[in-house]
Amino acid sequence: MNSAMMRVKVQRYRPEQDDAPFMQEFEVPYADDMSIIDALHYIKDNLDGTLSYRWSCRMAICGSCGYMVNGVPKLGCKTFLRDYLNTGITVESLANFPIERDLVADIGDFVEKLEEIKPYIIRQDAVSVDDGEHLQTPAQLTRYRQYSLCINCGLCYAACPQYGLNNEFMGPAALTLLHRYNQDSRDQGRDERIDIVNAEEGVWGCTFVGYCSEVCPKGVDPASAIQQGKVESSTDFVMSKLRPRRPS
Amino acid sequence: MSKSGKTYHRADEPIFWGLFGAGGVVAAFATPALILITGILVPLGVLQLDYASVNAFASNWLGKIILLAVIAFPMWHACHRIFHAMHDLKIDTARGFFKLFWYGMAFVVSIAAGAYLIAI
Ligand code: SF4
Ligand code: FES
Repeated sequence: MNSAMMRVKVQRYRPEQDDAPFMQEFEVPYADDMSIIDALHYIKDNLDGTLSYRWSCRMAICGSCGYMVNGVPKLGCKTFLRDYLNTGITVESLANFPIERDLVADIGDFVEKLEEIKPYIIRQDAVSVDDGEHLQTPAQLTRYRQYSLCINCGLCYAACPQYGLNNEFMGPAALTLLHRYNQDSRDQGRDERIDIVNAEEGVWGCTFVGYCSEVCPKGVDPASAIQQGKVESSTDFVMSKLRPRRPS
Repeated sequence: MSKSGKTYHRADEPIFWGLFGAGGVVAAFATPALILITGILVPLGVLQLDYASVNAFASNWLGKIILLAVIAFPMWHACHRIFHAMHDLKIDTARGFFKLFWYGMAFVVSIAAGAYLIAI
């Protein structure tokens, strides 16, 4: 069906002229290897130059092309028209985030949460560069490697019903990133992060729905990181009763 | 201290999550078999359970502990799940009351079951 056309419904919202988001339908030429991003490019180049959407790498690395495709959070560059021949395609801005314009979601809250968990290696004892690199065994690397593969696309936030209900919840990617640094043998910042883990806004806001891990395009499995965080928080709970933690 | 300076309060969830987890294990492994035996096979007459042997089981300390575990833990599991499902259904009014209500129910059932078992 190479010369055929395919209909794509795209959510539009231009705050200066639209009261509310609405759907607009476009016809794009179909090809087996055409991604959602390609379809949006075609629309922008040939049909309506005012369409706004984020994208950059086109290879599932930059994490900027998250949209809802038929109601499911997807990367536009990793999702292909060929998988929607029977259902048709509706592209909307990422769920659980405010819409800035058309398919551009306002992910400011997500970015703030990523910063909040101190996503960098914290050392209590400063090590000089002259002492050489921190060596890590393959086993030590394995403890956090999977959780370091996140591309900050935010699909897991669009999938998470708890974040949707209450965005005070730190959410899947931020808690996973927190866990990633806590699990890193080079890091000594656990005490600075544990208060977030222990809070209602931390791991305890999660009810283990697991949809975050299902939609994650990088196999990060944020739900597993959060479950491990619950075990860590429970251990910390018991320890704090036995031996009160020194104030940090 | 977090980056934003916001203070985070320790949640009391670990206690309830622990009981919920224990209840989940019991509910997954023991409850279906118990329902099959006491709810289906015995009433259908496929299996025989006489009063004397059940009573002997409940009179024994190990039996009492097992019976308490299969009653109390799934109760905590269910009450925790219902309490959280209320939030999922956006019923967020009087959260403190409902927390007391659901966990209180699990507590009362556990204590009552324990008291009955001790009395046997
Ligand atoms: S955990 Fe997965 S879904 Fe969530 S932001 Fe990272 S890559 Fe995206
Ligand atoms: S365009 Fe970079 S992840 Fe899709």
